[in-house]
Amino acid sequence: MRSEGWPRGRVVTGFAALALLLLPFADLTLAGHDPWEALARMGSGFLRPDFAAIEEIGRAIALTIAFAVAGVAAGAGAGLLMAPFYERGPVRGICVAVRSVHELFWALLLMQVLGLSPMTGVLAIALPYAGIFAKVFSDYLGDVDPRPARALGPGTGAASRFLYATAPLALPQMWTYTLYRFECGMRSSAVLGFIGLPTLGFQLDSFFRLGEYGAASAILICYIGLIATIRIWMRWKIAALWLLACLALLLSLSSPPMGSGALMRFLTEDIVPAPIRDGGPLWPWLSQIIWSEALPGIVATLVVAQIALVLAGLVAALGAPAIVTRVAGRFGRYLGHILLVTLRSVPDYMLAYLFLQVFGPSMLPAILALGLHNGAIIAHLVGRQGEDISAELRPDAPRGLTLWGWDLAPRLFAPYLALCLYRWEIIARDSAVMGLLGVATLGFWIDSAVAEFRLDAAIVLLLASLAMTAGIDIISRRLRRHLGGTTPAISRRMEAGDCAI
Amino acid sequence: MTAPLLDRESVGYGSAAVLSGVSFSLAPGERVVLLGRSGSGKTTLLGAIRERLERAGSRVALVPQEAGLVPTLSVLRNALMGRLDDHGTLYNLTNLVRPRARDRAAVADILEPLGLAPEIDRAVERLSGGQKQRTALARAFFRGGSYLIGDEPVSALDERQGAEVLDEIGRRFETSVLALHDVALARSFATRIVGLKSGQVIIDGPPESLSDAEIGALYAL
Repeated sequence: MRSEGWPRGRVVTGFAALALLLLPFADLTLAGHDPWEALARMGSGFLRPDFAAIEEIGRAIALTIAFAVAGVAAGAGAGLLMAPFYERGPVRGICVAVRSVHELFWALLLMQVLGLSPMTGVLAIALPYAGIFAKVFSDYLGDVDPRPARALGPGTGAASRFLYATAPLALPQMWTYTLYRFECGMRSSAVLGFIGLPTLGFQLDSFFRLGEYGAASAILICYIGLIATIRIWMRWKIAALWLLACLALLLSLSSPPMGSGALMRFLTEDIVPAPIRDGGPLWPWLSQIIWSEALPGIVATLVVAQIALVLAGLVAALGAPAIVTRVAGRFGRYLGHILLVTLRSVPDYMLAYLFLQVFGPSMLPAILALGLHNGAIIAHLVGRQGEDISAELRPDAPRGLTLWGWDLAPRLFAPYLALCLYRWEIIARDSAVMGLLGVATLGFWIDSAVAEFRLDAAIVLLLASLAMTAGIDIISRRLRRHLGGTTPAISRRMEAGDCAI
Repeated sequence: MTAPLLDRESVGYGSAAVLSGVSFSLAPGERVVLLGRSGSGKTTLLGAIRERLERAGSRVALVPQEAGLVPTLSVLRNALMGRLDDHGTLYNLTNLVRPRARDRAAVADILEPLGLAPEIDRAVERLSGGQKQRTALARAFFRGGSYLIGDEPVSALDERQGAEVLDEIGRRFETSVLALHDVALARSFATRIVGLKSGQVIIDGPPESLSDAEIGALYAL
């Protein structure tokens, strides 16, 4: 009913053509030095992981876990409290607002109030996650079997009804989702290190500055191993112990004190637009920000995002068949999995940081990182669906690329395209954040405004970034509705603003 | 004669009436059994009776057909749910975290004759079908009151257990209305049998006055 009016192939051609058109405007230069030499140096370091700096590695990993546990726990707790009231306008509005600002931007703002304290890191994770948890938990609670609640006596209070007959039914699902979110939290926590918190990103950056590539390799190996084994070491029964240990560790951190009244100053002075604060016309101030910072930032963000989206699509198209047994063979599938898991578990921001060390500052590292990371996520999902389909195929079905081309690709094209469109918004959001690494996307302008203590301008730019992602979300939603191909489970998670399904 | 609970009423979901023009009254001390093919309106009638009794302020204990238990909670906590409306939120919340010794003892006494005492701390999702049904019965027994409404409350129990449970119901509740499918059990338990067919009451009387043929006609196509 849909595909007649909106041929999927034409949508793909449109996106690819747009990316090609934007290519000349993208800054893809290999800056200054010889990237191949840098790559060789790093490569040899990475092949010889060096665990000698075990103390620093251990500390960075422990703090990464601590920030993730505390942030996710606080976010889940707040989300659980808001979930029963999610259908009410103000609560939903707050949730949408907090979750549409990226963790790194939250951290930048919070730092102005709380300094480089553990609270900054915990809240930077907890705030956006609370908005996501509230939405997902409220969905779970709405889907609960209503019969136990109906069996209660007529005078049972709403709170008792909720605690006995509703919440326990949704609890197993909530825990599964929290665990999954914790995986995202581990990524967020690691990346927070790049802006100064004492987590993995910070330590990785230090190792790179010192040229200790072996140690950098060691810490990345530990990190990927830790993420791959989350389900083994993070269990429901010991979650409370983890939380206590992590809080104790965070409380033991010392941080530079902030002057008293920092919050009040932030709210009543710093973020108040300068013309209102000092008197003067608002429009010239605003138009200056819009024309010389917001618009160039948005253009650069979109250039990065559109090219990265098409790259992600390419990576997914090549990666998905590689993890289907009947296509790639048992061994090939194993290799494909390892590659995709690595690209998925390293956050795109961290990948961009790594590429930046090789290629120097330009849009190239950001585009590569976004394309590879998001492509791996899409490939994983599409490939898994392909594996399911091929298991139920007729026994005389072909194998290898024939199977892929004739049987699987035609069936998987619709979900593949829907997933790419879902990731589009996330890619755009993360493209903006990549600015913190020095690419001229919106994050760069936000970071500069914060560095110059023009927090009022930073807020305007942040709002511009929200407007941009909201716009993309609307277009992507319309396209998806016309094209079809998503399953309810996938769309629900994606709409909650997922880091990676 | 007490005032009728339902007076020539039609009850149903949405536009389709499940019961049409049904009258029903209930005298204290009666043990009513509803008989009829599935889809004849037993569940709907039980729901309507429960609603009217509660509206009139009576305390009603309920054993729904699908038990309505919370699978992740223990037998003890599921039983405690029978009395949530007797206490405030704070009491219920603390009782959820750690049930009070007094409540635990009261539930244990109820579980004993039901043969569920050893399972008191087991999660309901780990129980067999019959054990789940007995948990739902325990919840109703713990609730207590003058009325019990049960929709196939012994369907998952064997004949002997079922008879014992019905005896227990007779001892604990002054008045009860049960839907059953076992005619022999119904005859031995009921003081009054109500037969439903296609949403209408076609038999209503003490079991001695009803022949097997009359009851059998309920199940005929």
